[in-house]
Amino acid sequence: MKPIHIFIALIALSVFLFAADSGNKETEKIPNVDEIVNKANLVAYYQANDGKAKVSMTITDKKGQTREREFIILRKDLADGGDQHYYVYFLKPADVRKMVYLVHKHTAQDKDDDRWLYLPALDLVKRIAAGDKRTSFVGSDFLYEDVSGRSLEEDSHELIETTENFFIVKNVPKDPDNVEFTYYNVFIDRNNFIPMKMQYYDNQGSLYRTIEAQGVELIQKFPTVVKALVTDLKTGSKTEMQFSDVKYDIGLDDEIFTERYLRRPPREAIR
Amino acid sequence: MMNSKSITAFVIIGFVAFFIFSPFAKADDQNETDRLFTLPQVEVHGFYELRAGYRTRKDKYQKDISIMENRLQLDLASYLDWADLKCKADIIGDLVTEQADFDLREAYLFTMPVGFMDVKIGRQILTWGTGDLIFINDLFPKDWQSFFIGRDPEYLKAPSDAVKISAFSKAFNLDIVYTPRFDHDRFISGRRISYFNSNLNRLAGRDAIQHTDKPNSWFRDDEIAIRLYKNISGYELAFYGYRGYWKSPAGQTQNATQAIFPDLNVYGASIRGNLAKGIANLEFGYYESDDDHSGKDGNIFNSELRFLAGYTQEIAKDFTASVQYYLERMLDYSQHKDSSPFGLARDENRQLLTLRLTKLLMNQNLRCSLFTYFSPSDKDAYFRPNINYKVTDDLAVELGANIFFGDYNNTFFGQFQNNSNIYTAFRYSF
Repeated sequence: MKPIHIFIALIALSVFLFAADSGNKETEKIPNVDEIVNKANLVAYYQANDGKAKVSMTITDKKGQTREREFIILRKDLADGGDQHYYVYFLKPADVRKMVYLVHKHTAQDKDDDRWLYLPALDLVKRIAAGDKRTSFVGSDFLYEDVSGRSLEEDSHELIETTENFFIVKNVPKDPDNVEFTYYNVFIDRNNFIPMKMQYYDNQGSLYRTIEAQGVELIQKFPTVVKALVTDLKTGSKTEMQFSDVKYDIGLDDEIFTERYLRRPPREAIR
Repeated sequence: MMNSKSITAFVIIGFVAFFIFSPFAKADDQNETDRLFTLPQVEVHGFYELRAGYRTRKDKYQKDISIMENRLQLDLASYLDWADLKCKADIIGDLVTEQADFDLREAYLFTMPVGFMDVKIGRQILTWGTGDLIFINDLFPKDWQSFFIGRDPEYLKAPSDAVKISAFSKAFNLDIVYTPRFDHDRFISGRRISYFNSNLNRLAGRDAIQHTDKPNSWFRDDEIAIRLYKNISGYELAFYGYRGYWKSPAGQTQNATQAIFPDLNVYGASIRGNLAKGIANLEFGYYESDDDHSGKDGNIFNSELRFLAGYTQEIAKDFTASVQYYLERMLDYSQHKDSSPFGLARDENRQLLTLRLTKLLMNQNLRCSLFTYFSPSDKDAYFRPNINYKVTDDLAVELGANIFFGDYNNTFFGQFQNNSNIYTAFRYSF
């Protein structure tokens, strides 16, 4: 074969390859936005049937002063994408040690979550009003909704961009009066559907709050965020959250999420 | 503050458990076969607190300083394979009474003998019912003196020396608390808080400390409290029963020299759950004054009906409001009126409204709260403002007050007017 033929053949081959490649990209099915946000919701909040993690938070204010929070969180799903139970056992700081926070999360629009707080010094099981889910969780920059998830029904979703690694979904609240943001964008990993970055915009259209997943590990085959950072650009405060001792499918009994175990934390929570 | 015999008994139980088992635990760590003695280390926590307060009104029966104390709380916990052990004790240097004090708050053993049952034996803090600083079916001992002089609200609950057995099933759950010897309230005796003395028909304090004749024998003067409860799709329903004694003095001996704790039975129920955007609760109790069914004995409290309705809601971000309405209705009222000295008869209905406002600020490190009791029937009120700031995770400073108002000096809160006080505290937790 003459060199020219080789050359032509190579060009033809590369054109074919590139064409095939771009053809692949085009024919690769981009899921529709509902499918994307559903998958991301399941990956972020409903991994396995139940789970446990030790969470350490460091809250750093704009002056650099830090505060620590440490708790063990147990979760059990009643249905994927549906109702869940959360049990949070506080370890730090010392003045809230052994307090327990229990949530029966209801995803139905018209049903408020049931929430309880147990104060061990008083042996008091206190019922907490469902309240605003966009208030700070234990004084950190994470909000209640960041910890237990925001119902997909509350926003309308639009896939605004598909990059090499991410689906970028814009979320606009259906009831804007109930929230402090105008919209937020979520960067969802195309491979495992983990929301890697969330950017919140105010009514001026400027970015004021971000949440980033800074570490993802495969734990028992489940991709898991093990480190996350929230930055509040308005207050200059940030909170780092680290997860350790993550375990899935440990077979948590339904009874753990009842008054019995509020008054007497289960071994799963304290060890 | 506490009976010395019961201190001794429970100190022995608590500390024997800790200090016999735990020192050997480390030595035995290698010896896995001897499971009983392989104890994980003892968790030690607690706090050191300095608290000082001053009366805002002159009270000729009390010192001007309402509170001045150093307090070290040690909270020890340990977990065996078959049981949890806990011991929590306060060591107090009290500059008002000029005494050192030891208050054993908790010393118990917790175990689960079978899967559906929990048992807690020893000195423990017990709470149930739905009221917020109002108690109907919670007949466990209270410490009103600590509450009024401005200690942390955790001290409103005084410990019980009891056995609590809890059984759980799909149909319902059952708690039985047996207290072998009556644990009364740490009631207002005149020692730290002045009160209205009906025999003297005037306010009194350290000049007329109430002496009591209390039911005091083990296993004969006992108490039993029962709760049957169930959570029905988020609505917590409970039924209660109690057989024992009025927890604070509710009468006096015929010769009027000693206050007494007459027999009392209580039957009640409660429900609590989500309503609109908040939490609503209803609670009811029938207080059967067992030593005076007819109400004819003027020296013993009559039977009563007690009712409570409450509602809590977050009204703005990190701002919660709760209201309660409480009614205490005396039964056989005409008998009471006939047997009371002129002008000293109580009202048939005592009504109380409470309001709690709590606002969290500065990343929830600053908590401003106000709890108010107001009685339209007694024409008296009690305000409890409090500001608590967490300087760091371990260090908190606090400023608060207990302010009493009243048109009359013999009503529930009105009698405490001269005890109004402000206080400040510093607490280091570890």
